[in-house]
Amino acid sequence: MSAQVPTHHPPQRIGVVAESTPGETRVAATPATVRQLLDLGYQVVVDSQAGAASGFTDEAYTEAGAGIGDAWAAEVILKVNAPSDDETARLRAGTTLVGLLAPAQRPELVQALAARGVTALALDAVPRISRAQSMDVLSSMANIAGYRAVIEAAHVFGRFFTGQVTAAGKVPPAKVLVAGVGVAGLAAIGAASSMGAIVRATDPRPEVADQVRSLGGEYLPVDVAQEAGTDGYAKATSADYDRAAAALYHEQAQDVDIIVTTALIPGRPAPRLVTAEDVAAMRPGSVIVDMAAAQGGNVEGTVPGRAVVTGNGVTIIGYTDLAGRLATQASQLFGTNLVNLVKLLTPGKDGRLVVDFEDVVQRAVTVVRAGEVTWPPPPVAVSAAAPEPAPVAPAAPAEPKPSRLTPAVRFGLLGLGMLAVFLLIAFAPAQLAENFTVFALAVVIGYYVIGKVHHALHTPLMSVTNAISGIVVIGALVQIGHESWVVTTLSSVAVLLTSVNIFGGFAVTRRMLSMFSTAPERR
Amino acid sequence: MTSTTASHAADLVAALLFILSLAGLSQHRTSRAGVVYGIAGMALALVATVVLAAQSITAGAVLLIVLAMLLGGAAGLWRARRVEMTQMPELIAVLHSFVGLAAVLVGWNGYLEVEAHGSAQTLVAGDLLGIHHAEVFIGIFIGGVTFTGSVVAFLKLSGRIASRPLTLPGKNALNLGALAAFAGLTVWFTVRPNLGLMIAVTLVALALGWHLVASIGGGDMPVVVSMLNSYSGWAAAAAGFLLDNNLLIVTGALVGSSGAYLSYIMCRAMNRSFLSVIAGGFGVEAPSGGDEEQGEHREIRAEETAALLAGARSVVITPGYGMAVAQAQHPVAELTRRLRERGVEVRFGVHPVAGRLPGHMNVLLAEAKVPYDIVLEMDEINDDFAGTSVVLVIGANDTVNPAAMDDPSSPIAGMPVLRVWEADQVIVFKRSMASGYAGVQNPLFFRENSSMLFGDAKQSVDAILQALPGQAREAPAQPVRQRTTAG
Repeated sequence: MSAQVPTHHPPQRIGVVAESTPGETRVAATPATVRQLLDLGYQVVVDSQAGAASGFTDEAYTEAGAGIGDAWAAEVILKVNAPSDDETARLRAGTTLVGLLAPAQRPELVQALAARGVTALALDAVPRISRAQSMDVLSSMANIAGYRAVIEAAHVFGRFFTGQVTAAGKVPPAKVLVAGVGVAGLAAIGAASSMGAIVRATDPRPEVADQVRSLGGEYLPVDVAQEAGTDGYAKATSADYDRAAAALYHEQAQDVDIIVTTALIPGRPAPRLVTAEDVAAMRPGSVIVDMAAAQGGNVEGTVPGRAVVTGNGVTIIGYTDLAGRLATQASQLFGTNLVNLVKLLTPGKDGRLVVDFEDVVQRAVTVVRAGEVTWPPPPVAVSAAAPEPAPVAPAAPAEPKPSRLTPAVRFGLLGLGMLAVFLLIAFAPAQLAENFTVFALAVVIGYYVIGKVHHALHTPLMSVTNAISGIVVIGALVQIGHESWVVTTLSSVAVLLTSVNIFGGFAVTRRMLSMFSTAPERR
Repeated sequence: MTSTTASHAADLVAALLFILSLAGLSQHRTSRAGVVYGIAGMALALVATVVLAAQSITAGAVLLIVLAMLLGGAAGLWRARRVEMTQMPELIAVLHSFVGLAAVLVGWNGYLEVEAHGSAQTLVAGDLLGIHHAEVFIGIFIGGVTFTGSVVAFLKLSGRIASRPLTLPGKNALNLGALAAFAGLTVWFTVRPNLGLMIAVTLVALALGWHLVASIGGGDMPVVVSMLNSYSGWAAAAAGFLLDNNLLIVTGALVGSSGAYLSYIMCRAMNRSFLSVIAGGFGVEAPSGGDEEQGEHREIRAEETAALLAGARSVVITPGYGMAVAQAQHPVAELTRRLRERGVEVRFGVHPVAGRLPGHMNVLLAEAKVPYDIVLEMDEINDDFAGTSVVLVIGANDTVNPAAMDDPSSPIAGMPVLRVWEADQVIVFKRSMASGYAGVQNPLFFRENSSMLFGDAKQSVDAILQALPGQAREAPAQPVRQRTTAG
């Protein structure tokens, strides 16, 4: 997959097309990102009025260096939404199309694009690895949508968010519950808490608790064990969990003023979190924003795309275009994500797009290559979810040493060991057998108790085990005073030494632990 | 309930408290409770033992116990309060040596109480006598190795003797010979116990402990210290067998297996087997690794570094033993605070074997009040170097050496390292161009994107702090959040 391109080729044209989806306000490039695309060596053509709904005039694009014309004629087409049938029919063979294609949900679109002989890159297929964060459109849109969800709720809600004591009386602060702590949920927590509300959040993954707290929210755990996914998204939950969560939602519904739900499971309808009963339990004037409305909704009674008021005066907002309601911001972030992707695809900075399948990001986003369907890509494990212990090493000898023992040899050795232990105990006097039993079990317990120790606590752990191993003092204590003065003297020395251990070890551990702290300056 | 059954019950409760203590210490949230459990278990065990012992010994002996404990306790508390965090490895090593010595003394007492009396003794039943002989020897042997091993580790860590590995000819044969001698002496002793054999086994154990640690280089100290931790546990367990005391056995086994597990983690971090660490350090192969120059390095001054940091988006600091030596953790923490106030994302990448003690860097950074949630492990941060603007390598060398990945002939080939060179810019704080403990030249220094900032790490960081522009270019990225609720 070499990136060798003869230098005499003319630069390719990038077309920024006007969106045809009704209600879409975003555009795939802004004047600012057009400049960056030009820096990469491309020419840029923008459809007339493509940025109008986002607040960017044709003049602004021209000023940035783009041409106004037929963007569909360009070699590389940047788009927000998937193309309509008409638009797909306009694509010429050899064109590269970049946009939100939802390849998992729309296999027929992938087939249609392949039939046109184009190369199609799905922005919503960017893997969730650190390096690809700068291209992750779903994250940047979710961030905007989470913020906007709080703004929409505040717009409908009849009170302040922040608590105040005024000459006209005391105002209690609003209480906000955020369900699902993904990017959108975190943005909602941040927005609501910076407006002064009391924010609570819940999520099946307990590891998000610190993130919730860092944004000023309180994390409500659901006390049922739940496994983390390996792809950075939440997984479907167990039946036990669902029961405990339902109880939590019902209890919270009676207490909070605003609920923002953001729970999505990739490739499935959104989970139902808030039932009609929960909604009925809320106070009149309360607001629910269901950010999963497009996928069926987390809330019973959500109408996608609309705000409805229930019989007891609760407003359920089911807008599906929350990000688009902040059109300028959304276009800016979307465009920047796109520039980052194009940058990755233009290693020579020469205005020539090259897709390199050796690169996991480029491999993942490419759903069709020159008319050939390449979806789905091989899986990519996310670093945040499950760090692989093995290092990625280019040279073969640098791989971690594989075990030299074959399973047969290993079982053989284990069997021999067990036999040895058996014979030892079988022929040992009763007292020794008892001691050995205790010893063997304690070794196993020690191994498992320590197994999950946090790396930062290695030193405190060591100093505490050190203090505990001062228990040998007991051996010395029982020997004092029974025998000759020699024994008593030796034991006294041993008592003295181990006392240093015991007291010193515990004291220094306490001292060390008192120093460990999370960011104090954030509080 | 008799006093004996009460004492057995106390032993069991104490053992359970110790298990809770170790379990608690594996997480930040529960670590303080863990220490409390440990203290409670120890207090219970001591009180039960002293009360039981007081019934059969004179008041003078009880006074002696109390006096020894008060004296030792006072000394321990005094050291614990005064010790510098950079000296933690030395303190831990010296504490290990006490446990080892105590185990030796308990073993000798076991001999004096039983074997020294010949057939006149009444403490141990005849059919258990052979086992008692062996237990005395095993206890003394493990204790002796722990004692001198820890003393040498202490001397090396505190710089009183050179930390270079001692390479006697045929050193592996010496170690194996000592083990064989121990086995032979034990068999002899069980057949014919006498004082001469006791002295011989003690000397063999002391010599083996000394030689074992003397031949390991400074870079492998994290493994050595956790190994000695494990040994001190086994020594306590051996004493438990000798005295038929289950609490000693349980506690010793807990400490022993936890220490062994830590050693295993450290070895894995270096992609080496435990035996290869014991059998000799990197230093053995180092001369062939070559000290020849591999290219030109670039120098950078503190002012330029400050300007670079001020304009950075994200910074990762990878500390090593050099930071501890220079006591640079406080200025580094101050630098971190200043950069974070400017909206720069600052994180730390800690290699598992950085420093001279497992978790050494974490303790130093915690002392300097660096929040522990920005101090990440190697596996957590390695994929993020590619998107990092500036990496500061402070006193680390082998743990950031690209040769471990690129050069199969390198002595450290295969050791997982922090891939700092993937960042846009790497600044290496170093006193000179000398190679690290492994004695291996570091190609990182000659990479296009690395620059060397020569000098003492503390003075260098101080100079950067001086030169760092006072005014932030823009408002901090994280606005202060208002909380309306109390607390």
